[in-house]
Amino acid sequence: MTGFVDLRNVRLTYGGTADGTLALDGLDINVKKGEFAAVVGPSGCGKSTLMKLATGLITPQEGTVEVAEKEVSGPVSIAGMAFQNPSMLPWRTTLANVMLPLEIVQPHRSKLRREKASYVARAEDLLKLVGLAGFGEKYPWQLSGGMQQRANLCRALIHDPALLMLDEPFGALDAFTREELWQVMRNLHAEKGFTVILVTHDLREAVYLADKVFVMSARPGRIIKEREVTFERPRPIELTYENAFNDIVHELRGLIADARAAA
Amino acid sequence: MSTRTLITIAPWACTAALFLVWEAAVALFDIPVFVLPAPSDIWAAMVKYWSPIWKNSVQTLYTTLAGFLMSIAGGLALGLAIGWNRVVYAGLYPLMIGFNAIPKVALVPILVIWFGIGDIPAILTAFLISFFPIVVNVATGISTIEPEMEDVLRALGAKKLDIMLKVGIPRSMPYFFGSLKVAITLAFVGSVISEIMAANSGVGHMMIGAQSQFNVPLVWAALVVLAILGIVMYALMAWIEIRMTGWAHRSAPA
Ligand SMILES: Nc1ncnc2c1ncn2[C@@H]1O[C@H](COP(=O)(O)OP(=O)(O)OP(=O)(O)O)[C@@H](O)[C@H]1O
Ligand SMILES: [Mg+2]
Repeated sequence: MTGFVDLRNVRLTYGGTADGTLALDGLDINVKKGEFAAVVGPSGCGKSTLMKLATGLITPQEGTVEVAEKEVSGPVSIAGMAFQNPSMLPWRTTLANVMLPLEIVQPHRSKLRREKASYVARAEDLLKLVGLAGFGEKYPWQLSGGMQQRANLCRALIHDPALLMLDEPFGALDAFTREELWQVMRNLHAEKGFTVILVTHDLREAVYLADKVFVMSARPGRIIKEREVTFERPRPIELTYENAFNDIVHELRGLIADARAAA
Repeated sequence: MSTRTLITIAPWACTAALFLVWEAAVALFDIPVFVLPAPSDIWAAMVKYWSPIWKNSVQTLYTTLAGFLMSIAGGLALGLAIGWNRVVYAGLYPLMIGFNAIPKVALVPILVIWFGIGDIPAILTAFLISFFPIVVNVATGISTIEPEMEDVLRALGAKKLDIMLKVGIPRSMPYFFGSLKVAITLAFVGSVISEIMAANSGVGHMMIGAQSQFNVPLVWAALVVLAILGIVMYALMAWIEIRMTGWAHRSAPA
């Protein structure tokens, strides 16, 4: 069975095949619809590259990339993306920032003017879901880092993407805010049922949120382990202190340490 | 007095002190007027010649602003083009660096050959000398878009034009308005240089006339007028900058 996101035998070199950087080689990854996948691996192994491939920002030299059973040849536009850097536009209010994708993606783009009110309501609902109710009129620079990251999530979700791509979105936050946003993410996924690929350095984050954790080798990156995480949902945050949870975290930790040593 | 009041008073106090010391020095050392006129002599010249000073100031302002407006139009257009397209950038940037390296004074004789003595060489010198900082600033604003922002938008299927309109152009505005302060000062320099070298009117031309008649207080009066005009134009641009791009000032970590 083919998955929702399906990369097969992908090879990607940056900057010329002869003398460039070989980032990914022989990478296979398969994420089913509605699944929450996490990708972990040594720094520089090609995780961000994987995100760009799956969203069609770059195309591989070898292998195939399929999303929603269609071969990807350009930007997919059914995806929403969020990075560690919230990259809010400082001249727009938070609400206007969140609504930015609607000015790009069809069919919203042509409907935005006529159905402004309903779109604004939608953005405000999202802001409420992430705990930012009433902050829409504030400018991003009036928000804390954690609040900006919440707004960043809203921006990634405003056009109801079937696929959410997150590249270390919680990396720069303090431990408490991070755990709070894990729960926000957990709830959003439960409520909206989109497919998620989350790149992270935080193994507890990966195990807490994901149905499946992919472990990558050092560069050139490929998948060396696919670890199912079967804890029942909704997962309480206390789960992260249980032994079964920590066993998986340690198992992944060992795999990454080995991958780093092998490099 | 609080530091705050002192800070408000300081610029005025320093200016007043400069003129007082100057006046006193001229009296004390008995410096002849043709070497260095006292501020009171300069003031007297300004009062006596207010009508030609006024007319020539208007002329200089006119050529400066005309050249400056051309710079804004040309600088914005070229800056956007260069920031938009890497090939355009690669092609034009070395040319522009080379052009910018030419002292613009050296162009005035050529402009006079082409257009004769009059307003046009002054306007064109003002334009040529002031458009470069605008181009560079606008292009910088556009080409420093965060790669993450670009990825987010491109993944949504945004075209280059979308990215330009939604991010590039708004983002380059603080750079653009910031460059206007520099550009207006340069345009002013260009106009005056051109007037000094070849013109029938303008503050620069008036200075040359006064010099040939050995009317030293008027030469100095013209200089003071230039300083005042320069400060006023700079202040105006600084005010416009803050009005137009408040977000850039507030969003910077204080
Ligand atoms: N635009 C680029 N041009 C050239 N090389 C690149 C480019 N982007 C990434 N690389 C190289 O490709 C490799 C993988 O990069 P990538 O950003 O995908 O790693 P990553 O796993 O996301 O790293 P990190 O965990 O530190 O974020 C690195 O060796 C990097 O130097
Ligand atoms: Mg990365």
